[in-house]
Amino acid sequence: MGTNTNTRQDTKTEVPGEIKVINMYSDIAIVGGGTAGCFAAVTIKEASPDTSVLIVEKAHVKRSGCLAAGVNAINAYLNPGETPYSYLEYVKKDSAGLVREDLVLSIGQRLNRVAEKLEAWGLPFIKDEFGRYKARGKRNVEIVGEAIKPVIAAAVEKSGAKVLNRTAATNYIAENGRVTGVYAFSAREKTFYIISAKAVICAAGGAAGIYRPNNDGSARHKMWYCPFNVGTGLAMGLRAGAEMTTFEMRFIALRIKDVISPTGTVAQGAGTRQINAQGEVYQKRYENNSTPLRTYAVVEENKAGRGPCYLDFTHLLDSDNNRLKEAYLNMSPGMVLKWADDGTEPNGKPVEVCTSEPYIVGGHGQAGYWVDEYRKSTVDGLFAAGDVAGGAPKKYVTGCFAEGEIAAQAAMEYIKLKPETQVDEEESKRELARVFQPLSLSEGITPDEYEERLQKIMDEYAGGISTDYELCESKLTVARDLLLRLQHDVGQNMFAFDMHELIKAHEVVDRILVARVLVEHLLYRQETRWKSYQERVDYPGRDDSRWFKFVNSVYDNQTGSILIKERPGRAGELS
Amino acid sequence: MTVYIDRSICNGCGSMTEPRCAEVCPGDLLYRDTDNKCSVRDHRDCWDCASCIKECPRQAIEIRLPVQVGGRGSALKAKSFKDRIVWSLTKPDGSVEMFDIVTKNDLKER
Repeated sequence: MGTNTNTRQDTKTEVPGEIKVINMYSDIAIVGGGTAGCFAAVTIKEASPDTSVLIVEKAHVKRSGCLAAGVNAINAYLNPGETPYSYLEYVKKDSAGLVREDLVLSIGQRLNRVAEKLEAWGLPFIKDEFGRYKARGKRNVEIVGEAIKPVIAAAVEKSGAKVLNRTAATNYIAENGRVTGVYAFSAREKTFYIISAKAVICAAGGAAGIYRPNNDGSARHKMWYCPFNVGTGLAMGLRAGAEMTTFEMRFIALRIKDVISPTGTVAQGAGTRQINAQGEVYQKRYENNSTPLRTYAVVEENKAGRGPCYLDFTHLLDSDNNRLKEAYLNMSPGMVLKWADDGTEPNGKPVEVCTSEPYIVGGHGQAGYWVDEYRKSTVDGLFAAGDVAGGAPKKYVTGCFAEGEIAAQAAMEYIKLKPETQVDEEESKRELARVFQPLSLSEGITPDEYEERLQKIMDEYAGGISTDYELCESKLTVARDLLLRLQHDVGQNMFAFDMHELIKAHEVVDRILVARVLVEHLLYRQETRWKSYQERVDYPGRDDSRWFKFVNSVYDNQTGSILIKERPGRAGELS
Repeated sequence: MTVYIDRSICNGCGSMTEPRCAEVCPGDLLYRDTDNKCSVRDHRDCWDCASCIKECPRQAIEIRLPVQVGGRGSALKAKSFKDRIVWSLTKPDGSVEMFDIVTKNDLKER
């Protein structure tokens, strides 16, 4: 190998000892201890205390994933006047008409009940003068949510569900086309887990880090979406042959510049104006005010020389400043540091906004597993809920709870009919070898180096920040070829010098697979349905006659090929 | 750099199997070093979620913004109680602002 390789001698580290193998059994295994996974676990234990439940969590349920820092609003809740049907209409309109109506409605029917459950678990909700949850908009309520993860984790512990923290899932155990468990490894020692289960619920996160982020180097993880959510749940499904949907509807967030903090806290219900550098309320220039168009508008204002763009809430009173700082401390504390470093108070000057790198998520966007109304994937024994479940955008925290509940109920029904499981010894040996291979090499390329390569390819050829998210066939085919080569090289040369690096190594493997499938989705949809999220400059118009349909994909893990298939746009339509 | 550990205060959580900051970090970025105090594996990988500063029983950890994104030395520390959290924000001029925020409902009300 060339001079740019890293050797075990350079790093002076190795992980001593033999690999320990631990076999476990749980009636139902859950991948990921976030909102959907924890709610699924509690749902099962409350309905059926004798059913064993095991959550496999890469970090620690108390502070893992998207909600580690907390959240200061519930963004899917039906305030007085709203119904599950009006929620569906909103989601559909915001998503250019193409959503799975059955999935969105089933979420809408559960939103308020699951929110009340979160309050009963001990999370404070702010109340209005009538004692109702304090509305921030039609479908939002304010909460004091710094402790949302510890509160959820306590509910899981009380339920009797078991949690395997610091354990990274790597693949499903497959037996004759049925998923019968999960392979995983410990972040702390050379331990490989073979977890048999009659049913598996995937409730892992979406994917950040596919594209080059807003900040680099010392600030590379100052991003909105959790940088430790890398699409492993999606990659596991792909390798098991599960059908995926709508990866091409990427989610690009409008966020506060530099700290990439959420904007809803200051933009909603506060009379805030979105203005460009000339003080003009620019959104009226664009065809609508949908979520994708708010991102698109900022990109266009900047391209036209009218940037930067700002959120102007300088009309707020000095007495509001403390409330806003507390709201950010409960969700994104970097924003409070930003105001302090800028020497200003929240109402002191407008805050500049920017657009994030594209994320692949099912909670804001609709990328994820293709599931039926019970959240069963196309693979027997495998269910999906939350950020990995596709077709139902804008589900947010409460929607993830709702899907966790639906998947849990379906999994409980499913296991009644299923016999005990078996593990194919050859398959588990192959997986063990694959998992620990980066530790066995004596020299190679680090996960960081490959991650940078992936992000550069995606940024430049697949519509990242530096190219204003614009997509065209000629560049996407370059991305396709480069990703295929990268996937090959990573399989040969990636090197991990300790258990933490081994986790990162698998994160890169999983992200590259998600990126490859994403590029095929982006190539296939020859129209522009969601400006900025999915903007084909070679097919600039929306074409309902040809493209009112879902673009789905199935990966073949033997050949590495990706099959794209269409599903009718009316799939799941309510009669 | 974002997470700063004051090694004169940190005791690596003594006899605990794992330091509390290391237990909760969503990015697995903290660990007990050879001198039995906590270290950060890679500052670049910190998300600024502040889980570690809330968990530290000795308030040995603070977060600051990286210079790249305009960090000028402001620092956040936190002390967690059963149902509230007290933050202290130190600004570049040395002044300190405190925030006392409820985190859990009074369980008796449920």
